[in-house]
Amino acid sequence: MTLLPILVLALGTYGFRVAGPLLSERLRLSARVQDLMSLATIAMLAALVATSTLVAQGGFAGGARAVGVLVGAVLAWRQAPFIAVVVVAAATAAGLRLMGVP
Amino acid sequence: MGKVDRALLRDVGAVALAAGVVGVSFGALAVAAGMPVWMAGLMSVVVFAGGSQFVAVGMVASGGSPVAAVLAGLLLNARHLPFGLVVADVLGRKWPMKLLGAHLMVDESVAFALAQRDPERRRAAYWLCGGLLFVGWNVGVVAGGWIGKTVGNPESLGLDAAFPACMLALLLPSLLPPKKEEAAEGAGPRATKARKVAVVGALIALAATPLLPAGLPVLLSILAVGVALR
Repeated sequence: MTLLPILVLALGTYGFRVAGPLLSERLRLSARVQDLMSLATIAMLAALVATSTLVAQGGFAGGARAVGVLVGAVLAWRQAPFIAVVVVAAATAAGLRLMGVP
Repeated sequence: MGKVDRALLRDVGAVALAAGVVGVSFGALAVAAGMPVWMAGLMSVVVFAGGSQFVAVGMVASGGSPVAAVLAGLLLNARHLPFGLVVADVLGRKWPMKLLGAHLMVDESVAFALAQRDPERRRAAYWLCGGLLFVGWNVGVVAGGWIGKTVGNPESLGLDAAFPACMLALLLPSLLPPKKEEAAEGAGPRATKARKVAVVGALIALAATPLLPAGLPVLLSILAVGVALR
C-alpha cells in the first residue's frame, strides 16, 4: 500500500460523507430507495463479517479465529457491552492458539 | 454540546473503547502487511472508516491491485451518502461545522444519533460519539502498529478476531426480532428481510471467495438485496 491509493480512498470517502449534508436540502430519496440502500449495507457488512471470520489469504482462516468470533457473537446476542464482545473474542482466539489450535 | 448525561457518556465511551481495540487490530494487521506505522496512522486519520481500511489493506496484502482495493473501499463507504441525508440536521447550518462533522460520520455515530429523539440530544450524541471514536480509533491504530512491530504476529494476540466480532455486534441489532415495546412500525418484517439479505450476502461472498480476487466477493454480496425485491 502506498500513499496515493490511501489519499484517493480518503478523498472519495469524504466526498460520500459530505454529499449527504450538501444535498439534503434539494434531494429526497424515496423511502424504498433508502430501504434498499440500508439492505445493501447490511449485505456488505454481513459479507465482511463472514469473510473476515473464515478467510485468510484465500483459504480457511483456521478454527481459533472462527471460534473467537462465535463466542463474541453469543456475547453480542446476549447484549454484552461492545468492549466485552471485542476483548473476549480476541482473548478466545489467542487462548485457543496458545493451546495449539491453528 | 449540552444535554450529555452519564448514560449516554457511558454507552459512547464503551463503543469508543471497542473502536480502540479494533483499531489496535487494524494497526497490527497493517504493519504485518508491510505498512510503516506512520502510514497506518495517517490512513486512519484521513480515511477514518474501519471496514474499508481493513478491506483495502487486506486486498493489497493478498496480492490485489491498489486500484481494486480503492474501488472496494469506496464501494463499502458509499453508504455514507444516505447516512448523510439522514443526519444532515445534526451537523447544523454553519459551513465549518458541516465540513468537520461530515468527517465524523461513521456507522456508530449515525446509529447513536438516530437513537435519540430530542434534536438537542441527537446533536450531542453524534458529535460526542464521532469525536471520541475518532480519538479511540486513531490512538488504537498507532498503538496496534507498535504492538505489531514488537510482537510481530498480531494473530498470537487474537487481534484478527476483534474486527469481525465488532462488526457483528454492530450488525446484530438490525437483524434480531424487535423487543415487544419496539415492535411497532413494521420493525418485525424489516428484521426478517434484513436477516435474509445478511445470510444470502454472506453466502454469496463466501462462495465467490475461491473464484474472485480479494475484496470483490464483499462487493458482489450487494446482489443479496435481490431476495428483498420480491
